[in-house]
Amino acid sequence: MLGRIFSTDHKVIGKQYYFLGLASVLIGLALSVFMRLHLIYPDQKVKLFEWLWPVGAAGGIMTPELYLSIMTMHGTLMVFFVLTTVPQGGFGNYFLPIQIGASDMAFPRLNALSFWITLTALLVLLGAFFAPGGAPLGGWTAYPPLSAVGQIAGPGQGDGMDMWILSVALFSIASLLTSINFIATVIELRVPGMTLDRMPLTVWAWFTTAIISLLAFAVLLAAGLLLLLDRWGGTSFFLPAGLVVSDRALNHSGGSPLLWQHLFWFFGHPEVYIAILPGMGLVSTILSVNARRPVFGYKAMVGAMLTIAFLGFAVWGHHMFISGMSPYSAIAFSVLTLTVGVPSAIKTFNWLGTLWGGRLRLNVAMLFALGFVSVFVAGGITGVFLGQPAMDLYLHDTYFVVGHFHLIMGVAAVFAMFAGTYYWFPKMFGRMMNETLGKIHFYITFLGVYGIFVPMHVAGLAGNPRRYPDFKEFEFLSDLTWIHTFISHSSFTVAAAQLLFLFNLFWSLWRGARASVNPWEATTLEWSVPSPPPHDNFGGAAVTVVRGAYEFSVPGRESDFAMQAGEGTP
Amino acid sequence: MLLGILIWAVAAITAALFLARSWFPAAISEHARAFDTQFHLTLAMTGAMFLLAQLLLGIAILRARRRTKAEYSEGNTRWEIAWTLATAALFLGAMAWSTPVFTAVHLGRPRPGALRVEALAKQFSWNFRYPGPDGRYARLDLKQINDAGGNPFGADERDSAGKDDIVTAALRIPAGRDVELILRGRDVIHNFFVRELRLKQDVVPGMLIPLRFRADVPGTYEVACSELCGLGHHLMRTVVIVMPPGEFAAWERDAQAQLRQE
Repeated sequence: MLGRIFSTDHKVIGKQYYFLGLASVLIGLALSVFMRLHLIYPDQKVKLFEWLWPVGAAGGIMTPELYLSIMTMHGTLMVFFVLTTVPQGGFGNYFLPIQIGASDMAFPRLNALSFWITLTALLVLLGAFFAPGGAPLGGWTAYPPLSAVGQIAGPGQGDGMDMWILSVALFSIASLLTSINFIATVIELRVPGMTLDRMPLTVWAWFTTAIISLLAFAVLLAAGLLLLLDRWGGTSFFLPAGLVVSDRALNHSGGSPLLWQHLFWFFGHPEVYIAILPGMGLVSTILSVNARRPVFGYKAMVGAMLTIAFLGFAVWGHHMFISGMSPYSAIAFSVLTLTVGVPSAIKTFNWLGTLWGGRLRLNVAMLFALGFVSVFVAGGITGVFLGQPAMDLYLHDTYFVVGHFHLIMGVAAVFAMFAGTYYWFPKMFGRMMNETLGKIHFYITFLGVYGIFVPMHVAGLAGNPRRYPDFKEFEFLSDLTWIHTFISHSSFTVAAAQLLFLFNLFWSLWRGARASVNPWEATTLEWSVPSPPPHDNFGGAAVTVVRGAYEFSVPGRESDFAMQAGEGTP
Repeated sequence: MLLGILIWAVAAITAALFLARSWFPAAISEHARAFDTQFHLTLAMTGAMFLLAQLLLGIAILRARRRTKAEYSEGNTRWEIAWTLATAALFLGAMAWSTPVFTAVHLGRPRPGALRVEALAKQFSWNFRYPGPDGRYARLDLKQINDAGGNPFGADERDSAGKDDIVTAALRIPAGRDVELILRGRDVIHNFFVRELRLKQDVVPGMLIPLRFRADVPGTYEVACSELCGLGHHLMRTVVIVMPPGEFAAWERDAQAQLRQE
């Protein structure tokens, strides 16, 4: 039993990451529902709030500080423990070794260690809710001085903030270990015939993401340690002279709050690509399999991914256009930011090119992949506004930004995770998920997310600032109540639809129809081994790869797909 | 199949919502009007790209089963080059076009005779101070900060330059005259945002950040803190009162007279 829990098998670890992400997303989702409920009924007594937070919601009314701490925890959970964890740690761990013909990751024990550190990080983060003063309220971006001066800046900024930093630091360490493992695995463990230009785009994506993680999380880890030093070591990395907080003069001098923003966004912007690149790779694959056509422009897709990874490190300043940074650097960051939009557009055109002229199989995985393309365009195109410093002078920190990044980073990545779940579930668990339930789940979710995030853009155009626990103080905000009412109800609907998904997932685990080896008639290596694959993936057989990853409908061949695996592979 | 139609429907509704009305409040400065022009230019461009992509996606889905067999193709280099160059030109063009709107705010110099005001942001309120006829502010002494006693800046009582400094909770400015607002913070980061001016600037402790503007429509406009500053962030409100120049001069005279009485 212990051996199975503390397994070093990449497939077990992949599933552990997946379920860790599932638990996190459910908590994160519940927190967002609480926020949406509070925003439209700020004075309504809610028994559940009081039961969960006897202090922060005494009498059932959520205090502003509780709202802000829920918001902080929602963001942190979703960004780190869902968007970073599931596509890379979950699916990547499970399928990367199989897709390149390896029997495990390069460093299986390191892999297990990464997971257990990640789990510890999650528990520490959730523990912040129970800290004196509660969870931190400074948002997932944790800008100092708010995050650096302790409880005098607000409840939750004491012990809760320390736990947040500790959790993020642990998570960074785990991500560094994982990325080293992924990079080594792709470089060292590809079987004969698996040349770079035959690698599935998922493998390219996990590989590229690992490189980004390695560079980005190192900086976040360092920034977190500096912040801890400012809090406990008497240093002044982020704290200038002359601070007076809650009528108390602080003894710091020489630091700069902007330094944190530079370090944080040097991680934070690449993080967006950590969240979305694996999804891009997977969607490319699912569109190709279900359109029965090769990926349109395979090399352009790889090139676009590498360009995004490279340029992604040079655009962090677009989060800081109104921060007080030099206007000249704002212009430089703006040029780079709009340039990084180009490879994203290239990918979109290539997805359309893959579909065009295909014969589409509209299974649930395919629906989510198509939905991904739609929301990716919707969420990405508004980046052209936000990438212009002039537009940011108004739109920064409004709901326009909230709508933008939720669509592109949240919803698009989550759609890719759903697509991945419906696509790979048969391989992971040996059973099929229910397609009818899956379709209902998809259609409600697809319409619902547009119903949530498009109106947010409009609220942003009206100037609605984000991170407000209620909108009662401002005259112009009380005019926007109807938009928030609509958004909240859309979000309740979407949340409810996820119960269908949960039911489908767990029902199918035990009761789903048995899956064949290759139910989708796909070509990559995981579809050549049994569902689920045996412990060492290929039963010790010598695996060879004889062709590219996307040979569909090749003229002159009888079958409309050709497996990557050569003769002799099980 | 259904999905193709739904994609068109949500794309159409999205476009309609953006165009239903101008969601911005009325612009009250030259910069604000330039902003609106640039916004609508970007909206036209991105809107067209958004609708085109959703239209094509919908068509591809509606034609899902038109063929008996998928048509084989690995890609098309000419198309790749074409759409790469086209999007690069559009995106960078939009950026180049909008740069003057930004630089006019942040790199332009105020015209002579500009009104100088200092803003102080703290958890969770705003204060402003005017240097008075001598054009000089009192130097600051943190130990003398006294919010209840009307000295939020911590002006040094011993400094005679401060005798004519006016300290207020709302920002009063004359219409049609340049204003140079120096933003000063003392605890955490805040943000000065006036929708009608289309301007937003972080207030960072340890930095003095200038913001220049010239409002030309008298009225009262809300200022909303737009950088998370703690549990009272959503309550951190003040107003900009843009006054006809004559009224502003009268207000300044009255305030000075009151200072002399005290």
